[in-house]
Amino acid sequence: MSDLAITPGHGAAGASHDEHTTTTGLPNTKLAMWMFLSSECMLFGALISTYVLYRGSSMTGPYPADVFDIPYTSVSSFVLLASSLTMVLALASAQKRDVVRMRLWLLATALLGLTFVGGQVYEFTTFYDEGLSITTNLFGTTFYVLTGFHGVHVTVGILMLLSLVGLSSADRLPDDAAFPVEMVGLYWHFVDIVWIIIFTVVYLIPTPGPAPA
Amino acid sequence: MASLSVPASGRGSLRRPSALTGFWSWFTTVDHKKIGIMYGVAAFAFFIVGGLEALLIRAQLAQPDGTLLNADEYNQIFTMHGITMIFLFVMPMSAAFFNYMIPLMVGARDVAFPRLNAYSFWVFALGGLFLYSSFFLGGAPNGGWFGYAPNSTTDPSIGMTFYALGLLITGIASTAGAVNLAVTVVNMRAPGMTLFRMPPFVWMGLVVQFLLVFALPIITVALFQLLFDRRWDTAFFDPTRGGQPILWQHLFWLFGHPEVYILILPAFGIISEVLPVFSRKPLFGYQFVIFSGIAIGFIGFGVWAHHMFAAGLGPVANTAFGVSTAIIAIPTGVKIFNWMGTMHGGDIKFASPMLYSVGAVMMFVIGGLSGVTHAIVPSDYQQTDTYYIVAHLHYVIFGGAVFGIFSGLYYWWPKVYGRKLNETWGKVQFWILIIGFNLAFGPMHILGLQGMIRREYTYPETLGLTFWNQMSTVGAFLIATSVAMFLVNVARTQMKPRGEVVEDPWDARTLEWMTTSPPPVHNFDEIPTVHALDEFWHRKYVEDERSGRLVPAQAGAAGAGPGEGDADGHGGGHSIHLPSPSYWPLVSGLGLPIMAYGVLYSWWLIGAGALVVLIGFYGWAIEPSVAEE
Repeated sequence: MSDLAITPGHGAAGASHDEHTTTTGLPNTKLAMWMFLSSECMLFGALISTYVLYRGSSMTGPYPADVFDIPYTSVSSFVLLASSLTMVLALASAQKRDVVRMRLWLLATALLGLTFVGGQVYEFTTFYDEGLSITTNLFGTTFYVLTGFHGVHVTVGILMLLSLVGLSSADRLPDDAAFPVEMVGLYWHFVDIVWIIIFTVVYLIPTPGPAPA
Repeated sequence: MASLSVPASGRGSLRRPSALTGFWSWFTTVDHKKIGIMYGVAAFAFFIVGGLEALLIRAQLAQPDGTLLNADEYNQIFTMHGITMIFLFVMPMSAAFFNYMIPLMVGARDVAFPRLNAYSFWVFALGGLFLYSSFFLGGAPNGGWFGYAPNSTTDPSIGMTFYALGLLITGIASTAGAVNLAVTVVNMRAPGMTLFRMPPFVWMGLVVQFLLVFALPIITVALFQLLFDRRWDTAFFDPTRGGQPILWQHLFWLFGHPEVYILILPAFGIISEVLPVFSRKPLFGYQFVIFSGIAIGFIGFGVWAHHMFAAGLGPVANTAFGVSTAIIAIPTGVKIFNWMGTMHGGDIKFASPMLYSVGAVMMFVIGGLSGVTHAIVPSDYQQTDTYYIVAHLHYVIFGGAVFGIFSGLYYWWPKVYGRKLNETWGKVQFWILIIGFNLAFGPMHILGLQGMIRREYTYPETLGLTFWNQMSTVGAFLIATSVAMFLVNVARTQMKPRGEVVEDPWDARTLEWMTTSPPPVHNFDEIPTVHALDEFWHRKYVEDERSGRLVPAQAGAAGAGPGEGDADGHGGGHSIHLPSPSYWPLVSGLGLPIMAYGVLYSWWLIGAGALVVLIGFYGWAIEPSVAEE
C-alpha cells in the first residue's frame, strides 16, 4: 500500500486516459451512446407502430388528407436533413482543431434544427385551427404524440448543440473537442433518420379514408 | 482510509463535496460499493412495505366476507404490493448486487459512469417515494401492476396517473443503470478476462441489462399513452373514438414478459455462483448455462401474448404463442439440469447460501412446471385470472428470485462487511421461510383450480374456500417471521464487535474474493490478470498429477490469497484516479418527481422541475469527473 498514491483528485486526465485502456478499445461514452440509441429505436418503434396500427381508424375528421401540406413539410424535412450535413462539417472542423469553424457549423446545425422545430410549431398551430386537436380523433392523438415526441428530441439536440458552442466559447471543452462533438452528432443523426421514417410513414404513404361506420 | 479526503474545488456554484465517509457522504457518493449498499437498503425497505401490504391482503382473505379492508382499499393494496415487489424490490435489489459485485467480479475499479450510477439510484429512490406519496394525495394506484386499459384510463381516482408517472421515473433510473452496467461489463474487464472467462453472474447481469435497454422503452411509450389518455383526454385506449384497449395489453406484455426474465435471471446468476462454491466443483456445462441465458433473453421477447390467451386473439396467434412459450421452457430446463449436474458428485456443504440456492432451484422448478401448464391454451382458459396464476407467479418470483436474493445476501455479506451473518439463524430462517412459502402459495394452486378468482377482495363462505385461505394466511405470517429473523440476524451481526476479518469464508472461486473484505475504495491494489474461468480457485488449487485430486497451490506460486496482487498485473505504483463525490446526480434526479407532480397539479411545476433537471445536468457536464487538486 505504501507506494500506492490514492488520489481521488488528480487532474482531469483520467477520462481520456481510460478510453485507451478499455477492453474493446472503444471509449465507454461511445458504447453507452450506441446502447442509448438502440433503446431509443425501441421507443420510436413502439410509437410508430401505434400510429400505423391506428392508421385509418379515426371515426371523425379531419383526416390526414384534409390537413397535410406535403410541399411545406417536405421543405422543413429538407432543412432537418441539411442539418446532418452541417453536423458532419462541424465534426470535421473539430477534428482539424479549427475551433472557430466548428462553432460556426454547430450554430448552423442548431439554427437548422430550430427552423425545423419552428416549422413544426407552425404546422401544429395550423392543424389546430383547421379543427384537429390531440383529442379530436385517433389521427390527432397519434399524429401529435408521435411527431411531438420527435420534436422534443430535436429540441434536446438543439440544447446539446448550443451547450457545446457555449462550453467551447467558455473554454470548458477539452483541447480535442472532436469527441463530444461526435457524440452529440450521433444523437443528432439518429433523430434525423427517425424523421425520414416518420415523414415517409405519416406523410407520404396515403392513409385510407374514413373508417366505415 | 477513514481520513481520506479530496481537496475541495471552488468551481461551480456549489462547493465540491469532499467527504468520503460520514452521513452526508452517502448523498454525494459515486462509489459503486456505497451505491450498491444504498440500493440494497432502499430495496429491502420497500420489500418490508410490500410485505406488510401482502399481510394485509392475507389478513383480509383469512376469513370469508373479510371486513378489514373495503373493496377500494383492497384494490390499492394489492396493486401497490405488485408494483412494490416488482419495481421497487426485486429490480433494485438485483441492481444492488450488480452494482456492488460486477465491477469486483470483472476486476474494475468502478462502473463506467460513476455519477450516472448515483443518478440511477436517486431517481429510483425518489420514484418509489413519489409512488408512495399517492396514498396521501388522493389514493394509490388501484388497477393492478399491469394497469389494463380501459379500466386504468377511466378510473376516476388519481391513482393510475401516479402509476404512469411513477413507473416512468423508475424506468429512467433502470435504463440509465442498464446502459452503465452493460458498458462496464463489455468495456472494463481486467486483462485476460475474455467473455467466456466471465463469472455466470456477470453474464446474467449483461443479459439483464440488454433486456432492460430493449424492453423499458416499450412500457415507456405505453405509460405515456396511458398518461395522455388520463390527463389530456387523448384517444389511444378509448373505444368510443376507435381506440383499442388491447393495444395496452400488447405493449405492456411486450415489456412485461422480458421483465419476468429481468426479475429471475439475476437470481439464476447468483445460484450459478453459489452452487459451484458449495459443491467444490466447477459449474457443470458453463457454456450451456451462458447460452441458455442468452436464449432466454431472446425468446423472452417472443412469448408476450401468452398473458393474453383469453383476450380473443384467435386460434392462430394463441397456438403460435403457446408453442413459443413451451420452447422457452427448454433453455430454462437446461439450466436446472446444469445445476443438478454441478451438485452431482460434489463435496456439498449446506451452509446458508447453499440452502437458499437449492431452495430457489426447487421452488422455481415447481413454478416453471405450473408455467408450462399455462402454455397449453385450453388449460390456460381454465386457469387465467384465478389463484392458480397467483400461485405460479409467486413460485417463480418469490421461490426463484427472492430465495436467490437471500442466497446472495448470505453469500456476499462477508464480502461487503467483513463478517458473516450467523449461520444457525440463517438456517433456521431458511426452514421457516421455505415452510411458510409453501404453506402460503401451495394452497393457491388448489384455490385457483377450485375457481377462486384473483383480485377479489372477499369471498362468501358457501364457496368452501375458507380452509386453504386460512392455511395461506398462516404461511404468509411465517414468511414475515422469517424476514424478521433476517433483520434480527443483520442487527446482531452488525452490532457485534468486529472480530477477525474472514477474507474468504466460503473458499470461493471468483475475482471479488481476491481483495480485502470489505474492499478498499479502489477495489484492487493491483488489477489481477485473469488466466481462466474461476481464476481465484485456480490460484488456490492445482490438480495433483498422480492422484488427480486438488491440492493447495504452493505458497508464493501465483499470488494465492486475498489481497495479494498479481506479479504481472497493471497499475503497480501508479496513482489511481477515482471519481470524486458530486451533488449533481441528486440535484438532477430531484427534478423528475417535481416535474411529475407538475403533470398532476400545475404547468408551472413542470417548468420548475425541468429547470432543476437542466441545472443538474449543466452542473454535471461542467464539473470534471475527478476534482482538481
